[in-house]
Amino acid sequence: MKNYLLSMSGIQKTFGKVKALEKTNFHLQKGEVHALLGVNGAGKSTLMKILSGVYEQDGGELLLEGKSIRLSSPKAAKEQGIYCVYQEVDTAIVAELSVAENILLDTFVSGKNVFVSKSKLYAKAKAALKELQAENIAVQQKAARLTLAEKQLVLIARALVHSAKIIIFDEPTAPLSIHEAEKLFSVIGKLKSEGVSCVFISHRLPEVFEISDRITVMREGTVVETFETARADQDQIVGSMLGASLSNELINRTHPIGAPLLQVNGLSDSEKLKDITFEVAEGEIVGVVGLVGAGKTELAKALFGGMHLTKGSVQLAGKSLKLKHPEDAIKAGMALVPEERRKEGLFVHESLQTNASFPNLRKFSRGLFMNKAAEKGFASDIINRLRIKTDSTETPLVHLSGGNQQKVAIGKWISLDSALYLFDEPTKGVDIGAKVDIFKLVRQLAASGKGCIYFSSEIHEAIGISDRILVMYNGQIVKEFSREEATQERILLYASGGKEELGERKRDTVSV
Amino acid sequence: MQAVEKKSSAKENAIQFLFKYGAIALLAFIILYFSSISEAFLTYGNFTDILRSISIVTLLALGVTFTLVVDGFDLSVGSTMSLATVVTASLMVWYELPLWLVLVLPLLVGVAIGALNSFLIVVIGIPDLLATLGMMYIVAGLHRTYTEGYSIYNNMPLTSGGTAPGQLSEAFLWIGQGKMLGLPVPVWIMLVMVLATYVVLNHTRWGRILQMTGGNAEAATLSGVNVKKVKFAAYVISGVFASMAGILFTARVGSGQIDAGAPLMMEAVAAVFVGYSVLGAGKPNALGTFFGAAVIGILLNGLTILNLPYYAFDIIKGGVLVIALAVTYVYAKHKFART
Repeated sequence: MKNYLLSMSGIQKTFGKVKALEKTNFHLQKGEVHALLGVNGAGKSTLMKILSGVYEQDGGELLLEGKSIRLSSPKAAKEQGIYCVYQEVDTAIVAELSVAENILLDTFVSGKNVFVSKSKLYAKAKAALKELQAENIAVQQKAARLTLAEKQLVLIARALVHSAKIIIFDEPTAPLSIHEAEKLFSVIGKLKSEGVSCVFISHRLPEVFEISDRITVMREGTVVETFETARADQDQIVGSMLGASLSNELINRTHPIGAPLLQVNGLSDSEKLKDITFEVAEGEIVGVVGLVGAGKTELAKALFGGMHLTKGSVQLAGKSLKLKHPEDAIKAGMALVPEERRKEGLFVHESLQTNASFPNLRKFSRGLFMNKAAEKGFASDIINRLRIKTDSTETPLVHLSGGNQQKVAIGKWISLDSALYLFDEPTKGVDIGAKVDIFKLVRQLAASGKGCIYFSSEIHEAIGISDRILVMYNGQIVKEFSREEATQERILLYASGGKEELGERKRDTVSV
Repeated sequence: MQAVEKKSSAKENAIQFLFKYGAIALLAFIILYFSSISEAFLTYGNFTDILRSISIVTLLALGVTFTLVVDGFDLSVGSTMSLATVVTASLMVWYELPLWLVLVLPLLVGVAIGALNSFLIVVIGIPDLLATLGMMYIVAGLHRTYTEGYSIYNNMPLTSGGTAPGQLSEAFLWIGQGKMLGLPVPVWIMLVMVLATYVVLNHTRWGRILQMTGGNAEAATLSGVNVKKVKFAAYVISGVFASMAGILFTARVGSGQIDAGAPLMMEAVAAVFVGYSVLGAGKPNALGTFFGAAVIGILLNGLTILNLPYYAFDIIKGGVLVIALAVTYVYAKHKFART
């Protein structure tokens, strides 16, 4: 066995009844950049929160430089030289203090001196920033005035002044521009050369390949594999993250596509959408992809009667629709699974059963009175059909995992037997097992002749599930691909406003 | 490790139990305590007295329950009740209208105020607390202006000279002072309304829609509920309940007192919130509201028998409210904690 700087072995963590981590092993060498990958819910954050002292493990051992350690609080972790740069940097920055004070914050909090010498403070902070080649940040200014990227540097500097051994970067590039990300990578390179070990969490594969030495993939609460970056390729990693079952599930499609169902013609709203025209046939799954802010959610809401439309027409099964309120859309035969399920799709404090019956209360009532037995029967039905993990039909949804909540958000529409289903980012924040179930369900609906529109920014998922893909950019549909033509690269090019004649873009930011 | 888990689940169970049955246990304890120190307390007569004394507050509180169920709030119920009180009296004393009009017109006043509340809240978009605060003042002013600051009683002297022609009729007074099957009529009215509210909120489609609208208006909208209409209905219902309370008050007292509702508004609100803690509801519910009004009523009755000075009563009311809220919120933290 090698001499690792840090060894986490057999780590277990359970929240209530949910096993977040099971027998997880993670080893970190000195001075390496180690990428930690996995779909949402795979257990990355839980593992890193254990390493940074936010949670304590239920079982397993942590060895740092060969010695067993206990990290009962973030403070204990910092004392061992383990620092974390969170994605939401603002939670770790005190906006009203100066940059220098922010860098040396932990010294204040735990220090014994009542008085602090300003000049010493500034000098120390300057030295730390200089190491990061960030001398341009003035240490006297208020932290509130910094950009996100600069705030990240301040947090890294904070780790440096305490001679950190391990720095965890939790999706640090998500809010950064490409240029800022490059700068961050050079800082990480510098840290590495000084012997600091970095754990790097990211959803962007290209950058992971650019900066990491090794890659560890997690899936369903445990570590699946660790790769030497130089000897791995992207497909291998994606396969490892998703598991074999998913890809097989998605390839086969058998049912035929039927008559035209939805016809959208020149649809525009007062804000985002411009001249949207497309069709969906019975039994067809149409993917609508675009980056965040492209107008996917707006289009979904517009079709569902939630937007003020200025132009255009929508026809469903040959009938022209007046969409003023979601009520109209539901009556016409549509169902929407909204993006923000907790905010828009569900009543999280209510029971599964109450949620499931809500869109079609008339079906579950006799006259004016609710028929609770019928509600319960339907709830049990969708629990079985969608393999929802829950104690009973009475369990409040807050106690279910994200994936199971999402299944309820989808399943509640089944009783209406709608003709057209709109799915807005249905796999967001959902674990891989639930993802497969959701894909299966979408496929089943299509196979039974329903039209489905699958709105997603997860391009590879959309390619996997859709018969046809529409690419949105800036409120418009800019390109249509058949299933055979669609590749991640081509879609991404159009989704980011490019056109193929203009040549390939240098850097793709595929997210997985 | 295991010992820790066991201990925490025992604690969890204790909290569950306390929350579900704590309020009822407390009520039982209060009743036992008062009965042990006073023979006058645990008698049929005293209990019908208590029920009659809470009937008006309970009606007000049921209205407030409806607005809280849709995640709104109605501060104007007290003023609405005051207005209904003087309008009811004036219809008989000043205008000598037939009984059915005397009963229907004040209810329409309640409908109008509820509609105006929902217009401000739903259409204009003023937060409910602030909109109904404004309406509370407006309606309070209206009812005093309507009577020119005087209470209304049989054959009262009029500012325009002479005396008022009418009187409160016997049939009308029966609503507030009569008895039926051994219970005062106001108690019957209250019980029927509590039961009706319970059935509507818990066992009908309408109730489900009201509850879900309050639980998450956005999700309700995307499930096809017209949230504006639902809120509108809730405020109108609240106005109607406040008017019923006003009519009952006039019949009970036998005159149209001004400012009848103002002191009852906060008591009604307190009753609803005490009701959150009944049987683990954690949210506004009809039986809880009745229970809340009853706890406060019984406490005050008992303390009166014990000669507690009236000026100390608010301490008791406030104390009950704070304890009930504490139990509710501690429980909510446990019930909905993710880990």
